[in-house]
Order: sequence, then C-alpha cells, then structure tokens
Amino acid sequence: MEEKISFSLNGKKTVITTDPNQTLLWVLRNQLGLTGTKFGCGNGFCGACTVLIDKEPTRSCMTAVSDIAGKEVITIEGLARGTRLHPVQQAFVDHDALQCGYCTPGMIMTATGLLLKNPSPTRGEIIDGLEENLCRCGAHTRILDAVETAAKVMKGGK
Amino acid sequence: MEDKNNKIKLSPVSEEKPGMKRRNFLKVLGGGIFIFFQPWNAFDVLGLTAEQARRSLPTDYNAFLQIAGDGTINCFTGKIEMGQGAITSLPQMMADELNVPLESVKIVLGDTDLCPWDAGTWGSQTIQTFGPAMRSALAEARGVLLDMASQKLGVPASQLEVRDGVVIDTKNPGKKISYAQLAKGQKLEKYLDVKPPVEDHTKFTYVGKPYKHVDAKIKVTGEAKFTGDLKLPGMVFARILRPPSHGATMKSVDISGAEQVQGTQVVRDGDFVAVLHENRDRADEAVAKIKAEFTFNELKVNDKTLFDRMVGADSRINVVRTTGDLEAGARESDRIFESEFHDPYDAHAPIETHSALAQLEGDKMTVWASTQSPFGLQDSLVRELGFPREKVRVITPFVGGGFGGKSAAQQGIEAAKLANMIKKPVMVVWSREEEFFYDTFHPAGVIRIRSGMDKSGLIKLWDYNIYYSGTRGSDTIYDVPNATTTTHQQNMDAIQIHPFGTGAWRAPNNNTNTFARESQIDIMASAAGTDPLEFRLKNLKDEKMIACWKAVADKFGYVPAKTPSGRGIGLACGTDAGSWVAFIAEVKVDTKTGQVKVVRVVCSQDMGLCVNPQGALIQMEGCITMGMGYALTEEIEFEGGDIKTRGFDSFEIPRFSWVPKMDCIILDRQDQAPKGGGEPAIIGIGAVIANAIHDATGARLYRMPFTAARVLEAIKMV
Repeated sequence: MEEKISFSLNGKKTVITTDPNQTLLWVLRNQLGLTGTKFGCGNGFCGACTVLIDKEPTRSCMTAVSDIAGKEVITIEGLARGTRLHPVQQAFVDHDALQCGYCTPGMIMTATGLLLKNPSPTRGEIIDGLEENLCRCGAHTRILDAVETAAKVMKGGK
Repeated sequence: MEDKNNKIKLSPVSEEKPGMKRRNFLKVLGGGIFIFFQPWNAFDVLGLTAEQARRSLPTDYNAFLQIAGDGTINCFTGKIEMGQGAITSLPQMMADELNVPLESVKIVLGDTDLCPWDAGTWGSQTIQTFGPAMRSALAEARGVLLDMASQKLGVPASQLEVRDGVVIDTKNPGKKISYAQLAKGQKLEKYLDVKPPVEDHTKFTYVGKPYKHVDAKIKVTGEAKFTGDLKLPGMVFARILRPPSHGATMKSVDISGAEQVQGTQVVRDGDFVAVLHENRDRADEAVAKIKAEFTFNELKVNDKTLFDRMVGADSRINVVRTTGDLEAGARESDRIFESEFHDPYDAHAPIETHSALAQLEGDKMTVWASTQSPFGLQDSLVRELGFPREKVRVITPFVGGGFGGKSAAQQGIEAAKLANMIKKPVMVVWSREEEFFYDTFHPAGVIRIRSGMDKSGLIKLWDYNIYYSGTRGSDTIYDVPNATTTTHQQNMDAIQIHPFGTGAWRAPNNNTNTFARESQIDIMASAAGTDPLEFRLKNLKDEKMIACWKAVADKFGYVPAKTPSGRGIGLACGTDAGSWVAFIAEVKVDTKTGQVKVVRVVCSQDMGLCVNPQGALIQMEGCITMGMGYALTEEIEFEGGDIKTRGFDSFEIPRFSWVPKMDCIILDRQDQAPKGGGEPAIIGIGAVIANAIHDATGARLYRMPFTAARVLEAIKMV
C-alpha cells in the first residue's frame, strides 16, 4: 500500500515512504513533524494549511501527497534562514500582525507566494491575494500593513 | 537568539515525573521565595458556568509568585493565552512592581499540576481582576525582599531602593544586594491576605507602555505549539461518530465498513462509537464508512420560527432592576415607541478547532487541550471518568482563538475516555463540521423595548424586556427616571427554547443588548428631529460615557445633523467589563443590492489604567473587525436540532476586503484601576452599523445580521 514519493521540501531533496491516499497536510504534520502548517477546516475554505508548491500558494488539505512527486514544497518552517526571519515573517512581528497566531503561517505563506508573483502589489492586490485566508481574531489591518512593508523590504534587496 | 521571557512549558515531554502530587511543585521548582495570593473575587465567580459554580470554591491560594535563586521572577497561574496577550501584559505588571528588567520575568500558564486553581480565562478578567491581586502580591514580595535586604545590609528598609532587581542603600550606593542573592537557598512561603497599596502609577516603567506580542516570533516561524501540534509515541487519531442532529439517538450501527479501512481500530461504549488510526486522513475515511440509524426527537423549531416561539412561550419572568414607575413614565411621555429586536444564534468559529491529546501513564491521565478553562476540564474529567483529582493533569498549550467557545472542553473528555479505553495516546481534533455542530452558540434572543420621551426630548420611560438571551450590557445607561429591565427565561416546566447548547460569546449578550438599546435611542432621536449625538448627550449623566463621546466625535470630525441625513453615519455607545465605549461609523449602502460596506469606524474606550496600550489597541481593532461579522453575515441556520450551517462556505466571517478605516482611542486614565479590554469594543458594532444604514437610507433594521436581502427588504418598507 505504501509508496515512495520524492520531492523537494524546504530546499532539501526528500524521499518519503507513505500511504499515498493521504493529504499533504497530514503527512507534513504527522509524518514529517512540520506542524507549522495548520488544520483549520479540511475543505480549502480557510487557508490555515497553505504551503507553496512550485512557488504557488496551495491548500495542503486539498492536495494528495502523491501529487507532489517531483515538485518543490515550501512550508512556514522553510522561510527563515537560520535565526534570520524572512522579510514577510519579520514584517508580521514588526506590525504585531497576529493575535492567537493560528492562521498566521497560512497568511505568511499566501503573502509570500503573492510577492513572488507580484513584487509591487497595490493595497487592493494584497487584499485580493489574501481574501480567501480567514482570521477570526481580526488582525486583518495589521496583516495588510505587514505585507506592504515586506514588499518594500524585499524590493530593496534586503 | 531566543527570547528568555517567552519560554512557556509547552512540550508534551514534561520535566515533571508522572503522578506528581499537587504542591509537590514546590520541591520541583527548587528554592526561592514564594508568595501565594487569591486573584479571584465575587465578580469572577459570576463568570462561572452553572455547572462549575456548583463546585464550592477552594480555600487554597490560587496563584503564586516565585522569586527563584537565579533572580528570575515566575508567576504561576491557571490563565491561558489565546491571542489576547496575557503573556505580554502580565509580565509587564510584574516587572514594574518588583523593579526588575522585563527579561527576568516568566509566566507559567494553564497547567493544573503547576498552577493553582483558576476559574478560566474569559470576561476580560485577566488584567481587571487578576491584575490588581497580582500587583498586591508583587508589592508584598518586594516588601519581603526589602526586609531581608535590610537585615543583610544592616540598613533600614526605608533607606533602600530597588533598581533592576538590585536592592541599593540610597545613602551608600556601594552597599547593595540582588534579588537573586536574597532568594538563593531560601524556602520561604508567604500567604497574602491583606492587599497592600500598589505602586504609584507615575513610577511605572513598563506598565502603560506599548509592548508587542512576546510570542510573535515563535508564531511566525511555526514553532509555537498548539494542542494539535503535539505528538507522542504510539499516538493515534480519533474520529467519533456523531448524531445527525441534536436530540437524535442511535437506533442501530454497522461498523463493518470502518473496519475494512486497513489499520483502523473501532471502539464502542453504548452510543459512543469511535475509530482510531495512526493517520488522520484514514480515520476520516473510516468514520465516514460507519452506517448508523437514528431516532429523531427534535424540537419543532427553526431559525425563522424561533423568535415568535420565544415571545409566545410560558417564561420565567424576573425583574432585574427597576427605578421610578413605568405608568408615571408613560404619563410623562409625549410620544411612546415600541420595538422588537431579534438576534440569531452565532458561532465562535475559531480557526483552531477544539483539540485534545490524552495520555494514560500508569494510573495518571494527562490531557493537553485547547481550552479556556483547564481547571474546568479537570473537574469534568474527575466527574465523567471517575479519576481522582490528583491523577488528572490538564495542560494548555497556545490556544488558537477562543472567544468564549473554548470554555467548554468536550473534546478533552473524549480524548481521555478513548486513551483510557485503548491505553494509547489519543489525539482528537474536531473537524470543522464538528466545531459548528457542538459550538456553544451565542444565544439567540428577542429584546422588546417600550420607551417614551417628553416634548423636550427627555427620555421618561424605559421598559426593557429580554427574552432568552442575557443581561450583560442591558444597563439603561441613559438618565431615565422610570426604567425597568425584565428577563424572560426558560421555565423548566414549559417548552424548551434553545434546541442546542449556548454559551458565552465575546462580551456575552452585550452585542444583542447594545444593538437593541442604541437602535431604540436612534429611533427616538430621529423622531425628535434632533441630532443623535445631541439627543444622547441630553439624556446622559454618566461623565465617563460623555467623555468617550467627546473623544470619538472629535476624532471622527463629527458634524451634527438630523438622522436620516443620507450621509450613512451611525452612533452607538455602551459599557462592558467595567469599561466605557463609544462608536461612530460610516457606511455605504448599495440600494440596488442591499450590500453594506463599512467605510470607517472610530471607537473611544475608557478602560481605566491601560497596562499595554499596544495590546489594548490590537484588541479593539480585533473587536471591531470581528463585530462586523455578527452585524452583517453570521448566523446559524437550523431545523430542529439539525445545524444547517456547518462550514466556512455557508458561515461567512469578516475578510480582508471588509476592513474599514479604523481609529481607536484609549482615554488616558493612568490613575484608575484597570478594566477589561478584550471585549468592550465589539459591543456596539451591530448598533452602530444599523444606525448608519438608517442614516444612509431611512431603513431601520430590527434583526441581525443585516444581510443584503434584509437591508433590501427594509429599504422597501421606507
């Protein structure tokens, strides 16, 4: 029943042997110990489970693990370089853009994916990009501010 | 680079040995100076659920401080962190009272073995109730330390001063001794009964200054552990068979389909049927393959017929407060206004669903749970599983949003029950459907108001009736000579009203009451042909409320006008958790579709001493944003016990595109006692939007939420 799946995980070539009829979300969390990717709804509506697959923000709860063979997966754990936070992460800290912190990894991954495609988004484009990610604490304004700041920092080549 | 002050014990690999007895923590924690204190008071007790209140309160001291041998100041409390920022604001208070650097302060939250009893984290009580008690204990601790230093240095205590954790002789600054030196090797326990005066606010170093979330860094890297992130060797995921509706009972069950999913274990105890699998997706698959038949015995009521049922029911009537005489009030009134306001059930919908991990080691059960009440869950485990209290430990990792909905912790009992049955660690993470189905909803309710004013626009009559929701926020606020508040509640002999569980939802029931009261005030102001702010100020005597109005009107740049003015500007005010709040909002209404866009919200808040202005500001922004949901879209549709709204596809919460321009003002009240800040700014959002819609269109909304269809309907009635 189990299969070998090879892919790139946070920049490292990875081979896992696993039941292929699982979602990427639970393989990341339960088999690979990458619990920064959260379960929020299991139906793709909330975005807490967002990871980058080939640079595209993707709901890991809606992705079969067998579909990632040969692809490049980046999770929240793969953003920082050692102790140096990724500019999007740093901007979330600087803007205090979180409360309970549960939706935060999904927000950061979605925002990172957005900035990869569109390094100079308008406020409206940031809103559109994050619209399908849910936050219940109401940190929205600060999240938008954080993504604007991150965009500026990343363009500055820092 | 690790922040020293945000290391909370979150790892499932506990440093303590299994079966450690309560109070043995003193041994575990080593030496030092311990100050025990009692943060709960009568107000806290009111916040208890009926079930918990039946338990007599312990006489034990329910929080303590430790000044450890290395100079670290630890505070152990049963409070939890769910995003409200207690782990940032409590250490600020500690550092100030003891004159130590913020980095040397640590807080240990929500562990029933390490922390003394606490009712739970709700009602904006952490800073308000717990804070002053903790500060008194800290002042006591400082006194003890100064006495010890006085003896060691041979200098009178009055001549000593503390700087950054070092006691210094003011006359001879070379003579000094640190807290660490004083505490080293000590085993001193002090029990605090009297409340010493607290520090002069002008001497605060940390309190009153803005501090960002100390847990932000570990939350942006994914490092912070929530309950569902924990893993133990041999752990399995559970999915539990659920009835299709509340009130349904199982007639028959066929588990053969589930057993065919390889690696699945199925367990049954009466109607409790669960599947267990080492992979979560497989557990999901297996539980879906169980075939069960149910007998339905539901209430004949739905989200449309509910309100008529409430006002028509044989209710238990209770006058909560009364002043003057309603008949006299009616006689003194030139015009009388009668309105009925409706508020439906609303879900908490935290993004983290209820989660729990349970492990049985020998005869000791440990449960990690996303709960607002670790001690409440411990009680339930003792009661439902028959474990002795000392054999049940509850640990609360970071909680992914609560809003009142995690006061109940059914999932913790389920995980423990299963761990006890199969003798393996069991993880229960509710699906989103389960989260909606078992939510302890914000209760639906009806408010009927009969009010009257004289020719000069003074309110003379206020007859306020609450049907099946609660009284929080029902204070008249305005200076009315003849006013009565009456509740109509469940009469145990009569028909049951709520078909499923209800409970506290951020500022419980205050949203309903403020919506009704402030809409009614607006109706009267409009009828009087007076600017709604002028009308309010004319009828208000409460100085703090008036100060909030002045601050909010100034910030908004409010220009008086009769309502409806066509501008789409609404007003509302209220009180909650000891704080005062006033709101002005501006909306745009698409009169073709009924769609409402909130453009701007300004909110002023008097919360007494504000410990962390940054944290308080974030709470206010969160309240305003979250409040737009209950005002515009959120409601639970149901038919009998069947919850129809079970996902984020049908339950729409505020999104990025909704967010208005927000200005939040915290009034400077450094000399006053701190009040609640986690909830007040949500209470007026329904009211202020309803009044703004009226101001824009002349349409009056009597039922929340103001969906496009309801707004269109109301516009047609104008």
